[in-house]
Amino acid sequence: MSDVLVQSPAEKKPLIGKKERKLITDPLSDNNPVTIQVLGICSALAVTTQMKPTMVMALSVTAVIALSNLVISLMRNAIPSRIRIIVQLTVVSVLVILVDQILKAYMYDISKQLSVFVGLIITNCIVMGRLEAYAMGNKPFPSLLDGLGNGFGYGAVILTVAFVRELLGSGKVFGFKVVPDVLYQAGYVNNGLMMIPAGALFVVACYIWVQRSLAKHLEEKE
Amino acid sequence: MEFLKKKILELRPDFEKGGKYAKFHTLFDGFATFLFTPDRVSSGGTHIKAGIDLKRTMFFVILAMVPSLLFGIFNVGHQHFLALGEFSGSPLNGLWDKVLYGAFKVFPIVVVSYTVGLGIEFFVASKKGHAINEGFLVSGMLIPLILPPDIPLWMVGLSTAFAVVFAKEVFGGTGMNVLNVALTARVFLFFAYPTFMSGDQVWISEKPDVYSGATALANAAATGSPFQISANQTWNYSLQDMVVGLIPGSIGETSKIAILLGAAFLILTGIGSGVIMLGVVLGALLMALIFNGIGLTPFMNMPFYLHMAMGGLLFGAVFMATDPVTAAHTGTGKWIYGFLVGMMAVMIRVFNPAYPEGIMLAVLFGNVMAPLIDYFVVQANIARRNKRLVTRTSLV
Repeated sequence: MSDVLVQSPAEKKPLIGKKERKLITDPLSDNNPVTIQVLGICSALAVTTQMKPTMVMALSVTAVIALSNLVISLMRNAIPSRIRIIVQLTVVSVLVILVDQILKAYMYDISKQLSVFVGLIITNCIVMGRLEAYAMGNKPFPSLLDGLGNGFGYGAVILTVAFVRELLGSGKVFGFKVVPDVLYQAGYVNNGLMMIPAGALFVVACYIWVQRSLAKHLEEKE
Repeated sequence: MEFLKKKILELRPDFEKGGKYAKFHTLFDGFATFLFTPDRVSSGGTHIKAGIDLKRTMFFVILAMVPSLLFGIFNVGHQHFLALGEFSGSPLNGLWDKVLYGAFKVFPIVVVSYTVGLGIEFFVASKKGHAINEGFLVSGMLIPLILPPDIPLWMVGLSTAFAVVFAKEVFGGTGMNVLNVALTARVFLFFAYPTFMSGDQVWISEKPDVYSGATALANAAATGSPFQISANQTWNYSLQDMVVGLIPGSIGETSKIAILLGAAFLILTGIGSGVIMLGVVLGALLMALIFNGIGLTPFMNMPFYLHMAMGGLLFGAVFMATDPVTAAHTGTGKWIYGFLVGMMAVMIRVFNPAYPEGIMLAVLFGNVMAPLIDYFVVQANIARRNKRLVTRTSLV
């Protein structure tokens, strides 16, 4: 990964060039942290029963990844490699506590709904994964972009999962009823499987299935 | 038959490569081999030669299920009229009304299950270009037998589609599935639409609301005795009712006699593994005995043998646990697998009030564990023989 981004310092470059754009778009599709690297599955299963909290979760994770990437990248040359994990954890936990406090202050209901999972962002493998794989070896600006990209990639997947789960599980989208009453009277019933985490696994699996059948180059060569 | 055979041979060139209907080759081939033994044989490599092929095997299992199906049809009608208070007295009163009513309830479920399942099977087979497999013939019959009679048909279709796609086709089709397909369909319904799959209201078709429809198993879980009457029920279940099958329940699971007939047929024809059936039964009885010994709740204190007479334990032991694809394959493994499933089933029954019937989850658990069990059995065998080898050489 890192060799892609070695820049020759003499060259004058635009702020967002092709490489920088790739940092944002890659995690959305071909290098998605959830569906390709299979990281962060735990929270993708836990918080995705409804779209609203999922949205908040996606934004929180994006903020934490982007900011921790930035901070660690700024400090990367000062961190002794033997204790780097604990340093990273400290930075991440500070950010997670900040996010948690902000949610509690301004979005108390959703914060209660997300309960422990905001605190658990600290254990989200995507965060640590990006720090280890990218921020420790790259400059601050690309690191920030990489963090944003991965946050968006994570958000895109969990929002899709939440959309399917809320639609099939409670007949709503963002809390608004979309399945018409006529259908319920005709015998339609909300799918309870979508309300339990096992249901999310199937949705994630379908997402991966669709993604891989659309992008054949992701398949391993036999 | 002669006519059909002539017709098939006449039509066959059209469906071969380059023929007019080459696209539909798999479909044609599927039907042709369903009617007649194919004239092609496998070539190359080593094959174990047996006079029975997959289609015949599957057909024998279906034959074994016929008693359960027929009794299930009768019992759906019987329970319905009993709840309405008609044809009281001998169960045989109003036999034809009962059978007719039951048939009207059960056949649509069977038809939907087969149509959806075989439809997907045909579609996938022609898309991938391999022959149509007959694995679904059995699953398609098992699914109706383990559902309550009033299940909405769209749920049957949806669960069948889910099971065929997620339990079978994604793993590579017939013979490659990790989980039993019919049970996957049921477990999907159980978690997706629990109000249609559990409780007291669903086991008797179109019953009046005041009439309690609690199953024997639900009675046992609530009071410790399957015979106990619940409110507004007009009659007690007796042990005889439970063995004959005149109690509410899933369509095919109630009659223990019909299931045992099927079991005898499967064992005699060598298609179902008697070892697994015995293993499940012994495991369940052993677990129930242990619970009798502990005896903390009324359900634990229930006489151990009653576990066999209620719910779907026996049906699961005979038709589900013995699925040759998902069960353990080694001799010792089959005993371990059977015991595991049986013990697990009774454990779930007794400990988990949310899941009154344990055999469904127990068999799925066993399915997941089966490859591991086989692995350890094979490794143990290798280790044992290695040891013998070493002692021999050390003697010399």
